[in-house]
Amino acid sequence: MEKKIENLLEIQDLSVSFRMYGNGLEQTELQVISDLSLTVRPGEILAIAGSSGSGKSLLALAVLGLLPDNAAVSGRLYYKGEELTRAWQKQLRGTEIALVPQSIAYLDPLMRVGGQADGHLRPKMTGKRREIFDRLGLPKQTERLYPFQLSGGMARRVLVSTALLTGADLMIADEPTPGMGLKQALAALQMFRDYASEGKAVVLITHDIDLAVEFADRVAVFYAGTTVETARASDFKEGEEALRHPYSRALWNALPQNGFHPIEGFQPYAGNLPKGCLFAPRCPYKTEECTKTAPPVQKIRGGEVRCYYAS
Amino acid sequence: MPLEAKDIYFRYHKKQPWILENCNLKIDKGEHMAVLAPSGFGKTTLAMLLAGYLKPAKGRILLDGRPLPRKGVCPVQLIFQHPETAVNPRWRLKRVLEESGGLREEIRESFGIECAWLDRFPRELSGGELQRFCVARAVMSGADYLICDEISTMLDGITQAQIWKAVLDEAEKREMGILAITHNKHLAKKIADKIIDLSE
Repeated sequence: MEKKIENLLEIQDLSVSFRMYGNGLEQTELQVISDLSLTVRPGEILAIAGSSGSGKSLLALAVLGLLPDNAAVSGRLYYKGEELTRAWQKQLRGTEIALVPQSIAYLDPLMRVGGQADGHLRPKMTGKRREIFDRLGLPKQTERLYPFQLSGGMARRVLVSTALLTGADLMIADEPTPGMGLKQALAALQMFRDYASEGKAVVLITHDIDLAVEFADRVAVFYAGTTVETARASDFKEGEEALRHPYSRALWNALPQNGFHPIEGFQPYAGNLPKGCLFAPRCPYKTEECTKTAPPVQKIRGGEVRCYYAS
Repeated sequence: MPLEAKDIYFRYHKKQPWILENCNLKIDKGEHMAVLAPSGFGKTTLAMLLAGYLKPAKGRILLDGRPLPRKGVCPVQLIFQHPETAVNPRWRLKRVLEESGGLREEIRESFGIECAWLDRFPRELSGGELQRFCVARAVMSGADYLICDEISTMLDGITQAQIWKAVLDEAEKREMGILAITHNKHLAKKIADKIIDLSE
């Protein structure tokens, strides 16, 4: 009897740190992801938004087991209810877990993009790939081109096609839409939506929150290496009032269509994290309590938030 | 001293169709212009032509009525779309930042560049962090014009607003002209006095 899978991917208390050399042979640890917990259910799109440099891409690499050798990972990862080991990660990536990489430098510069998108899959799915290219608005002759001949948006669409073609159960798309026009970005997101409705799941790392919330089910907001809030996508559509964490609200208010107001200050550097709440140094509502101990995760209005004063 | 593109034609190969045909553009000193167009329309090509990275097949790029200078730091600075391919991977970031002249502390601070990042290599920083170096490097060069090719798409909303504010403040101080290439209509409205939509 097949067990019904509740969570396709479950991340528990994940921490990632890098060993770096300081003076001479002195080594320092730099913790870039701390105590991160996240679940991805079949059939859903989980959007991950948040500060640049908050560890979104590193999370993707951690799930795939692609972090560099000087990274130390602690915490648990479960895929389909079973612990995800390094050996298993190696087996799964590219077949069951696919990645849309953030950098277009992941394309092989010496291969025509058509053959590259077909990839290692056998039998070759050239027909289906052409269909995907077409839906994403890439003209037929694109497949004969080399990566350097593509514009930024075209290269991204090739990367998206490559990942879609694998038919993986879990797709991690790391900023797939920059460089694409609005129409193409919508087409790509709609393809992710269709993909998810086949019982697969998509983790969509993005800064285009306004677009992402139209297609995603839930949104996780990252700040300085952990989630500060997980909300239903509809909360983001409703606007500032429906959000729980001050950082999510600030992020909402900084979008060009919502006022374009930046808040003061910068995300704390990973080597110099504050003791209490990570957002406290920039938070307008902080109290003494916030600077002493980090707030635990609370469930409020169907979402999760790390803030003492969320309501 | 305006920056002009006069009747430019460009294609990457003789056998391929023209990417830009009879393209004209003029940006005045202190003017902020945004260019919107679908992907693959030749926006990046136009940016590379204006900053002197490519030579047009026909037509001319003129700064103050003269061609771009061949020596020294180019007064038209291009900030690239993909920061990870625009910095030397084997240089520490301090050297990257100093590439265009002296390091100016106040600019480093206004772009939120941590001192600790200066001793690192590009692959150790995120895309958004690297882009701050690329923008700061262009601003520190003392350029008269900045061509910004989708410089903020890899940044979160707050950082995007911060960086644009820093760029626009500096532009105002020095009367820099700015050409911003973007797909985001809302962003274009916020940063530019004039918007050109190439698809119309």
